[in-house]
Amino acid sequence: MRWLLLKDLLILRRSPLVLALLVAYPLALGALIGFALSGDEGKPRVAFVNEVPSGQALELGGGEEFGADRARAELCARVECVDADSRGQAEEMVREGEVLGALILPRDLVARLRSLTGLDPEPARVEVLVNEDDPVKAQLVDDRIQALVGEANLALAQRISAQAGEYIELLIDGGTFEVPLVGTEVPILGLGRAARLLERVQQELPAQSPVRDSLERVIEFARMAGENIDFALPLLGAIAEPIAVEKVTVAGAGTALDAFAIAIAAAVTLMFVSVLLVAGSLALEREENTYARLARVVAPGALLAGKLALGLVASLGVTLLLLVALTPFVSVAWERLPLILAALAVGGVAVAAFGAAIGSLAREVRAASLLAFMSALPIAFLSLIPSGVVGPTLFDMARVVRALFPFDPALDAIAAALDPSGGGIAAPLAHLLALALAYSALARLALRRFA
Amino acid sequence: MQTSEPEPGIGPAIEVRGLSYSFGARRALHGVSFEARAGELVAVIGPNGAGKTTLLSLLAGRRKPDVGTVRVRAGAVGWVPQELALYRRLTVAENLLLFARLEGLDDPRAAVADLLERAGLAERRNEPVATLSGGYRQRVNIAIGLLRKPAVLLLDEPSTGLDPRQRARLWEFVRDLAGGGTTVLFTTHHLGEAERYGERLLVLADGELVFNGSAAALHAEAGAPDGGDFEAAFVSFLRERGH
Repeated sequence: MRWLLLKDLLILRRSPLVLALLVAYPLALGALIGFALSGDEGKPRVAFVNEVPSGQALELGGGEEFGADRARAELCARVECVDADSRGQAEEMVREGEVLGALILPRDLVARLRSLTGLDPEPARVEVLVNEDDPVKAQLVDDRIQALVGEANLALAQRISAQAGEYIELLIDGGTFEVPLVGTEVPILGLGRAARLLERVQQELPAQSPVRDSLERVIEFARMAGENIDFALPLLGAIAEPIAVEKVTVAGAGTALDAFAIAIAAAVTLMFVSVLLVAGSLALEREENTYARLARVVAPGALLAGKLALGLVASLGVTLLLLVALTPFVSVAWERLPLILAALAVGGVAVAAFGAAIGSLAREVRAASLLAFMSALPIAFLSLIPSGVVGPTLFDMARVVRALFPFDPALDAIAAALDPSGGGIAAPLAHLLALALAYSALARLALRRFA
Repeated sequence: MQTSEPEPGIGPAIEVRGLSYSFGARRALHGVSFEARAGELVAVIGPNGAGKTTLLSLLAGRRKPDVGTVRVRAGAVGWVPQELALYRRLTVAENLLLFARLEGLDDPRAAVADLLERAGLAERRNEPVATLSGGYRQRVNIAIGLLRKPAVLLLDEPSTGLDPRQRARLWEFVRDLAGGGTTVLFTTHHLGEAERYGERLLVLADGELVFNGSAAALHAEAGAPDGGDFEAAFVSFLRERGH
């Protein structure tokens, strides 16, 4: 096996194009993913146009205001803001792809917000521009801005609700009310003080006074209103946020996004490099007619072991190079190196066994490469379909198919190795070992059948 | 196992008895028997599909016969496949060294150095196979079959794809091998080569051995004058026997 592996590595070294690809591919992929993950914390660029006249803001009470500045601050906390002077400029930026989308605050935004507390309310509107040439980008900016508007609505509703609560308390306890815009303070008696005032008036009335009963009914109303109107306070709070979200993770390992992205990159690299290399190398033995000669002096098991070793060496080399290339951009958990090596090694062997099965079926390198590519690509895609996106039956079928190929468990193993919260590594490693054995047996059978 | 190794120095170098082999329902060889002495050059000829390559595969041990025995005098059987079986990106020496190691030779480097000299490849030892001419490639191909210093060398159409000058050099090399005591069995479609270099001819047709003798004897069997057109005599011989 040692001589076969050395021979394959020597042939690989003498193939400058393949060797250059094996080095350049992980470096380029690592740099691309690194830039994608680290570039401005992954925020999309969104143009911001403010048409609201300077100084206009909706007073929320308690000294708080909601206006263009606050909207911009909220937006820029979620996306990378690019200020545009006009709607036309923003539209041009979206069309040219400089920004993912644009948010326009219209001139009447604050006036409409103010109208919400008046007798003739008009809902406020903001305008969102997206480029529908790319539906994925359009959906992304839609989601971001919808979430932003939803949060703004919630903040406004909570603030208005709190303000209403303060008014109710003023109504109950009395005090002073500052009239918005005018700035004049108006004294408010309050239901409690009104009841007490009326009680004193009642006591001073003659016992036979005909208004005494009427006054008693007014006092009773003021007392009951004062005691019960504060029930409205929690109700107002509930209206402001009728549905609160409480997130509970019931399945999935909760792997960090960075670690998962790295795991996907490593698993895809593993899949393509190892499968293509091993399938191509085994098919090359047939294409160059060396298989028949080798079969006279080497047992099929030893030949397969040599190819699996080639897959293992290439997988480890290329994926470690990928992780090294990613290190300047994102945090790779190098302190977990033993687990990373275990995941890459076992994953590499399983994927190599899959490649050997393909290579043993094909008689030519081109056929083997095509077969390897055409099987690896859909398997990788299938493994990345999240639950809930397709129907339950289709998803269950996809899970069964995914379990038959090494990409899915390799992804799980690498994710677990890279991130402590990425779930257990033992089960995917065992799965990979089982697949490695199964595909090796299949490859051996195919070699015996088709040699 | 159908192959055994009798005591050295006794009997022919290779002895084949009642060899039969089928691919499923199709009979490829049926009751083939012959023997060859040490240093003899034996040409195996016949129409396409006659069973020539199958016979060499059975003699090489690549396939197990359904019936029959192959007895080889002490020593290995070297097999050189019909098509070049070399790693084109490796050099001549690297190809030989790889197979020497896989064959488990005691001193692979010494064996390769010796073979490079004997095969006239010493000057080309560091050249990648991909850059060699067809004649040299075939020489490397044959050299690998000689690594274990076999008593019997099986060459499956060794001159295919070579120009006349390369063919002449190849046969010179093969003759030297036979002169050194190696029994050489070769298949060929070039009847002229079989007539010129084969000390004995085995004619296969539809899986049966229909002739075993010299070229002159085949002429006689075909009723053609010795030294006449060998190809015409061969065709006439087969036609008379219904092939």
